[in-house]
Amino acid sequence: MSVILRRIYFTLVGLFLSAPLIVVAGVSVNAKQTLAFPPQGLSLSWYVDIFTDTGWRNALFASLTLAILSAALAVSIALPLSWFLWRRIAPWANIFQLLGIAPFTLPPVITALGLLTFWATTGLYGQPWTAVISHAIFFVTLPLVTLSLGFTSIDRSLVEAAATMGADDRTIFRTVVLPLITPYLVSGYAFAFVLSLNEYIVAYMTVGFTMETLPIKIFNALRYGYTPTMASVTVLFVVLAAVIYSLIARYGDLLKLLGANSEEKT
Amino acid sequence: MRREAPQKLTDYGPLAFPAIMLIVFFVIPFGTMISVSFFQRLQGGFYTPAFVFSNYERFLSLFFANVLGFSLMLAVLVAICCVAVGVPFTYMLTKLSRRSQIVWMVALLSVLSLSEVIIGFSWSTLFSRTAGITNLLVALGLMDKAIALAPGFPAVLTAMVYQALPYTILVLYPALVRLDPTLTEAARTLGATPIRAFFSVVVPALRTTILATLIMVFIFALGSYLLPQILGRPQHWTLSVLITDQAIYQSNMPFAAAMAVFLVLVTLGLVALTLFAGRKREAVT
Repeated sequence: MSVILRRIYFTLVGLFLSAPLIVVAGVSVNAKQTLAFPPQGLSLSWYVDIFTDTGWRNALFASLTLAILSAALAVSIALPLSWFLWRRIAPWANIFQLLGIAPFTLPPVITALGLLTFWATTGLYGQPWTAVISHAIFFVTLPLVTLSLGFTSIDRSLVEAAATMGADDRTIFRTVVLPLITPYLVSGYAFAFVLSLNEYIVAYMTVGFTMETLPIKIFNALRYGYTPTMASVTVLFVVLAAVIYSLIARYGDLLKLLGANSEEKT
Repeated sequence: MRREAPQKLTDYGPLAFPAIMLIVFFVIPFGTMISVSFFQRLQGGFYTPAFVFSNYERFLSLFFANVLGFSLMLAVLVAICCVAVGVPFTYMLTKLSRRSQIVWMVALLSVLSLSEVIIGFSWSTLFSRTAGITNLLVALGLMDKAIALAPGFPAVLTAMVYQALPYTILVLYPALVRLDPTLTEAARTLGATPIRAFFSVVVPALRTTILATLIMVFIFALGSYLLPQILGRPQHWTLSVLITDQAIYQSNMPFAAAMAVFLVLVTLGLVALTLFAGRKREAVT
């Protein structure tokens, strides 16, 4: 009885989560330039469009560049910070941990507006690289959280053993800490990458008038005329996110990252 | 190697880059925004340094009171819907095999990562006349003619629940996955049905978690800046939408900044409340 109830409940939630995406996937294979569901005719030309149409291709390229660079910058901010907090006793330095988590916890509009006023005041508004820094700050929370989790899971006796054998901080970091922390580093990067790829408001407020990322392009298309390419880009994004998270699950412990106990115990 | 306090100045070295980045690109922009909220607006989207309260005085209008009231009401509704659906769901999810849990988590994370633009676009398609869900009902013979379900309040609410539900589940997951299984086992041994055990044992044990989650989802929903705009009518605009609108389309930065400062204060108050709830929980257990 309860098994059936559970099945029904899971099916309903699954349906709710997938319904809009199913409709969009249907729309994306329309033969003609209409937003119709069920699709009229079958064509993959809207997927080809992402790569052949200059506007969409440029937006895709801009989004990918932004995500690759900003996630890297976010990780390079988070790694030394979380290492320092793990290695040293410096309670006041926790303020930086808090500052790293704040941008993501506050409503995104606030971070976006803060950065907009900042770039406008410094006269750098609209420069493409300002978006990289803005996204890195906005998403630094993600590598910071995964790395903090990673550091707490390091067995300190390993590090102590290395220290007793005469290794200095640098050597220990390179030979012991880094290999242990790499899965968390990679997943932190991946989270930041996927979210940066999808981010709209911060990108729009910092470089919206000079550069088009994919979410900005979709929003503009939404305002000024529908095209099934929007649907095919959406499907591409969902698939990309699912693939990246599956890879994290395949090569790391996704459930532990999300707060479950580690695999051995359960 | 034990943790030790930094001894030399160079021990602080690793902190330098993160500290500079966070101060220059988060603290200073935040300060800039606060100061702009006191600036005087000029014609044509410009503003000049000043110290006026006129941007804050605009809050005292009936229009603004309505927007604020609506934003809070909408966020509360979203939080309640998400928690009501999310708690039983997450609880049952933690009972599944690790493999199935991973599959669900990948799906939930993928939906959570979606841009608000994409969520808005997807739901506006689902609710549209030409490609929407009503076509399905027509095909099944349940309706005569396809109709548009957006814009409207139900559309806004549905899409915002869609956006916040994966977040709710991820916030609930750590607490529920670590819940002592002997609790429900004891209830079951004493003859309670699974549903009764859930409501009389699991839910009370999670009271503070549920409260904290409600507040976190509330803050999350308060931040939604596009869905009310894409799927609603102007009377469904929230504070976040209004801030975006004032900053970008009305070019009234000082007023947008003042509203943003106000939104920060509301959010911080709620975060403090969450921490307070968490501390109380620690004191109890």
